[in-house]
Amino acid sequence: MGIKVSLEKCIGCSLCVRSCAVSAIQIIDKKAVIDMSKCTLCAACVEACKKYQAITIEKESSSGVDISQYNNIAVFVEQREGVINGVSYEMIGEGRKLADQLGEKLYAIFPGHNMQKQAEELVKYGVDKVFYVNGESLEHFQDDTYCQIVSDFVNKEKPSIVLAGATAVGRSFIPKVAARVYGGLVADCTKLDIDTEKKLLLGTRPAFGGNLMATIICPHHRPQMATVRHKVMKAAVKDDSRTGEVVITNIDKVLPFERTKIIDIIKDIESTINITEADIVVSGGRGMGSAEKFAMLRELAEVLGGAVGASRAAVDNGWIPYSHQVGQTGKTVCPKLYIACGISGSVQHMAGMQSSDFIIAINKDPNADIFQIANLGIVGDLNEIVPALTKAFRERSGK
Amino acid sequence: MNIVVCIKQVPGTTQVKINPETGTLIRDGVEAVVNPFDEYAIEEAIRIREKVGGVVKVVTMGPPQAENALRSAIAMGADEGYLITDRAFAGSDTWATSYTLSSGIKTLGQVDLIICGKQAIDGDTAQVGPGIAEMLNLPYVAWVRKVEEITATTIKVERLMEEGYDVVEMPLPGLMTVVKEINTPRMASLKGKMKAKSATINTINASALSVDADKLGLKGSPTQVLRSFVPERKSGGEKISGEVPAMIDKIYNTIYDLGVVK
Repeated sequence: MGIKVSLEKCIGCSLCVRSCAVSAIQIIDKKAVIDMSKCTLCAACVEACKKYQAITIEKESSSGVDISQYNNIAVFVEQREGVINGVSYEMIGEGRKLADQLGEKLYAIFPGHNMQKQAEELVKYGVDKVFYVNGESLEHFQDDTYCQIVSDFVNKEKPSIVLAGATAVGRSFIPKVAARVYGGLVADCTKLDIDTEKKLLLGTRPAFGGNLMATIICPHHRPQMATVRHKVMKAAVKDDSRTGEVVITNIDKVLPFERTKIIDIIKDIESTINITEADIVVSGGRGMGSAEKFAMLRELAEVLGGAVGASRAAVDNGWIPYSHQVGQTGKTVCPKLYIACGISGSVQHMAGMQSSDFIIAINKDPNADIFQIANLGIVGDLNEIVPALTKAFRERSGK
Repeated sequence: MNIVVCIKQVPGTTQVKINPETGTLIRDGVEAVVNPFDEYAIEEAIRIREKVGGVVKVVTMGPPQAENALRSAIAMGADEGYLITDRAFAGSDTWATSYTLSSGIKTLGQVDLIICGKQAIDGDTAQVGPGIAEMLNLPYVAWVRKVEEITATTIKVERLMEEGYDVVEMPLPGLMTVVKEINTPRMASLKGKMKAKSATINTINASALSVDADKLGLKGSPTQVLRSFVPERKSGGEKISGEVPAMIDKIYNTIYDLGVVK
């Protein structure tokens, strides 16, 4: 185990020196020399040396886990107030695809209360075997309980791959499951693939606020786990001819292992559409000028069937609650259409929306950075354009 | 109350640039800073100490230079800094990092509350906080946007969810991860900076931890980076200006053609 520089391959170009975040590499006698007291094995230099392949990191290849014991793909199905989250259908769609590639089965692990019917329906979306856990205490998300249920499921059924939506719930408790079962977890993936030869899950995810993409594998531990962003996978389509099995477990009313207590659940989102789930997001930034002006965006969002987002500047000015903030310190969205109004396009904001399918930017400054990533850039006054656009769509729909 | 804050030293992202020829990150001269989300955690810990008394201990795992992040936290008002550093930790993924940090926290004696930022801005995983909670077998609440009440034995917090927030009560000791909305971190005072400069940073090596060596660093990490690459930049498309009605027609037709409006 360790990092090595091939003296034959190294030409002393110093690309690795510049890639090193901890200044651990020096060029001595035209060869790269790594200071092992500083190196963190982050592999940035391996990447920088792609052309010459002179730097390699070797890892011992055993974890003591018999990975052949682990088969099939499992999807965590998330519900809130008795409704299955849209991202769960996306996970089922993607899970079905990966299961077919591997020639394995697709499982669903689903905690809920009085949702047996919805659990049975999952079969029609492509799940081979649904493990529905029913209990009054499962109505609302709680970390200890959900972690226990999914960990028990993993230990018993030994799935090779576990997928969950990268939601507030999924990203809260799935890391606890991974910690407990010693699985490898890749957070917030935007792409999944299978190396069919090695039966490995390839999870691709953004890092550094979307400036770098990394493909992560989990070669020697099981399960291979991933949380996946909303809207990047195709949702499963219902097919009434599909059949499968449903296993129902009822659990006691009060679970002894739940330590936290939910006192209240409060909704403070302005619209009923969650911005991470919306197909269309209409966002406003500093250029909106006031809280009152957001009414224009709400009207446009409403007529388009979308949700309202905001830049950090708008939130910091108190024009709209933080739950609407898009960007590195807010939410990451990838809708089919993102309309940025009066948003100049900071690196941090773009990190949260640049993977949208189509971006329209409206800004009066022709040099605004947002135009660099917009598919359609409108140089003009949003005070004229937004209401006129709302009117145009309203006339079309006759509302 | 003994409060532990876990922090990470990260490159200041706004300065992260991509080398267009090699497609790799240029980290040359990039200033290392305290992960911005961790500043909210430090601030909240100080506020709780100001209210109920106690000690704020800041912990980081990283190379020796990560000591600077601890000093920044002390400058803000934290009391003690602990640097968990060893060659054996190199190459840690989130699992091995959680394992190492939780083992390090075990050496700090009585701990009542652990606070982490919701995620680090370099990796963006949000996995180490919950990992530590699990490995220390502590109750845990993520995405805390407000501490409503705190006593010696419980804390009542607001957890930010997609559509609003949940009010959650957690017994102590416990762990929470905090979001930006929770507070505005204070600037370090001159006095704080002076104190930070002369503060003793406690170093914890692998030998001081009761750990399974096979679970540390690269070897103990289930995940590996197979490859990394620079995403294809969306290049700007069409940019138009001029008369409003013509632009409205253009936008209307573009949206209509996308087929996204029902």
